[in-house]
Amino acid sequence: MTQRSTLSHLDWLEAEAIHIMREVAGQCSNPVLLFSGGKDSICMLRLAEKAFRPGKFPFPLMHIDTGHNYKEVVAFRDKRAAELGERLIVRSVEDSMKRGTVVLKHEGESRNKHQSVTLLEAIEEFGFDACIGGARRDEEKARAKERIFSFRDEFGQWDPKNQRPELWSLYNARSHKGENIRAFPISNWTEMDVWQYIEREGLELPSIYFAHTRPVAMRQGAIVPVNVPLVGGGVANPSKPGEEIIDLQVRFRTVGDISCTAPVESDADDVSKIVFETATTTITERGATRLDDQTSDASMEQRKKEGYF
Amino acid sequence: MSTNENYEDHGLLRFLTCGSVDDGKSTLIGRLLFDTKTILADTLSAITKTSEKRGMGAVDLSLLTDGLQAEREQGITIDVAYRYFSTGTRKYIIADAPGHEQYTRNMVTAASTANLAIILIDARKGILTQTRRHSKLASLVGIPHLLVAINKMDLVDYSQATYEKIKADYLEFAGKLGIEDVRFIPLSALNGDMIVDRGDSLNWYDGPTLLEILEETPGAHTEHTEKFRFPVQYVCRPQDSANPDLHDYRGFMGRVEAGSLKVGDAVTVLPSGLSSTVKAIQIGGVNIPEAVTEQSVTILLADEIDTSRGDMIVKSSEVPAAVKQIEATVCWMAEAPMDRARTYLIRHTTRDSKAKLAAIDHRLDVNTLEKVPAEKLAMNDIAQVTFKLAQPLFADPYLENRGTGAFIIIDESNNNTVGAGMIL
Repeated sequence: MTQRSTLSHLDWLEAEAIHIMREVAGQCSNPVLLFSGGKDSICMLRLAEKAFRPGKFPFPLMHIDTGHNYKEVVAFRDKRAAELGERLIVRSVEDSMKRGTVVLKHEGESRNKHQSVTLLEAIEEFGFDACIGGARRDEEKARAKERIFSFRDEFGQWDPKNQRPELWSLYNARSHKGENIRAFPISNWTEMDVWQYIEREGLELPSIYFAHTRPVAMRQGAIVPVNVPLVGGGVANPSKPGEEIIDLQVRFRTVGDISCTAPVESDADDVSKIVFETATTTITERGATRLDDQTSDASMEQRKKEGYF
Repeated sequence: MSTNENYEDHGLLRFLTCGSVDDGKSTLIGRLLFDTKTILADTLSAITKTSEKRGMGAVDLSLLTDGLQAEREQGITIDVAYRYFSTGTRKYIIADAPGHEQYTRNMVTAASTANLAIILIDARKGILTQTRRHSKLASLVGIPHLLVAINKMDLVDYSQATYEKIKADYLEFAGKLGIEDVRFIPLSALNGDMIVDRGDSLNWYDGPTLLEILEETPGAHTEHTEKFRFPVQYVCRPQDSANPDLHDYRGFMGRVEAGSLKVGDAVTVLPSGLSSTVKAIQIGGVNIPEAVTEQSVTILLADEIDTSRGDMIVKSSEVPAAVKQIEATVCWMAEAPMDRARTYLIRHTTRDSKAKLAAIDHRLDVNTLEKVPAEKLAMNDIAQVTFKLAQPLFADPYLENRGTGAFIIIDESNNNTVGAGMIL
């Protein structure tokens, strides 16, 4: 049989991601890699190791912490950065709230979209000219047209009608002072590719990605984890009076701010079972689990225009 | 999809779909995603609701590829969108480009990374101006495999005669385009005939289904032997005081644009022209014996040669010419026309050079495919031009090597990418 490819699909995706990270390092003077402790950004760290070892990463890691993150993920974030010996910057939405640059409409409002403000403040504080993120085009419709190198103006805004053409693998990361570039090395990966890569590379993940039992309530058809203990004390998603709380075996497909990531019912307690579930699921990744994308048909596009990743 | 390590992995194929909304392009993509089980229940239920809201009888699969709010309002696709599906043996990336004349630049963008183009033809209409335009652009951008999909066969009673007529018409003008591999297939994207499943209505057609053709199409870099080309992206010098082994480490990082390289091979570094041998090839600090096309690796040389981003490592037996003037086919992509008086920046591999337009040989009328004289270049124009360069480039003809034959043009005043070029 004739050879139909030079590399397996995972090797190809890996090589492309490494190339993109090196373009950022080669073209930008002060980049940063966003690392949340979630599965996509865990893949990004492995890709950065493959791109730059035995050297240090040519960028620090940064997490924009809403203060409402799962403590297992926060602990994992710190542990992984320490293991790699790389610098981790954490900037918090709560600090933006104290400064008055983030004002919640009400106490219970999700802080997820307010990460954009804190991110822009951090970009200004450190003078970053590029942010490397783990967003994927298959996650959501508005992302399908996102460039691999996405230009943002000095307000962090994304203009879908005024993006730079991107041809071959010739990336244009040039920007003026104050503007910046968002670079997405795993743009071409799907959820399945991510899980296959985690399996192949034997990557460690925070425990909440695997089936575990936790108290949940059903709200508007979604499984909502309740009374989730927070790192700084207190709980997120307090149960409502009269609400039925059940102990359910669940896992998270995506992990983010507690207020807007819901788990799915699952008994997949290892990566190979998750790969199998991903291959046979009937619900999309964000459809099942992201409460913030359902507000309106175009809500992701709206958030991106405002500077969201 | 399977994770069984014994299954054959045919890697990845990037292809492009060309056609307008009217040809059923979005429906074709929707059908491919749907029939390969890429569309999940919640997405399907969302588009079912939208179809009902719009008063449509059946689920409109074209809604799957509607991306942005602005487009949804206009009802047309205005930019390149990327879609993914997998058959378990192969992963596919679809670049979905709109077909309208004013969006030539989008098609060129989408075509730049594709190894196959699907040219959609409405069986009722036959070959149109846009068919010629799409085919010409696909050949200009060097796509080696063309699949002419004659769609909406359901609306011509699945007539074999209609199909054969369109095929003959197409072959007549395609002879001039110089694409080696042109194939034809009759389809009904709406009913799903001959896409993933054969259906019952096209029994006179005994060729492969569209998906079977995709599965068999050779991937990029598999059909010809190529010269080794390695543009240096980044130089790794760890200088870790705690680790004396790394004291002299100088790793040249990049992606193999073409060809392959083994430890021990004799190489030359450009522009210095100095030669050495390959001491090691690594990924993430781990040695591998050989680097192949499209792999991102780190190369260590036996001798200390001053090398930085923008340099190129090649095999000493295959050194490309250094050129300070290039002739190229250019697609202009900016609102502002190309200004002959200005200096632009050309980015070729990892190397930049200032460039000035020396001559416009001719413009290509993408509708008539005629060469016409031109004084300026406006958005969506395609022309053959000559540039003078401030720095030498190490270039190959585009049709020989897309990676080292392509460049982009940048306007330094606003940093926008304003053009794309293919070296002749």
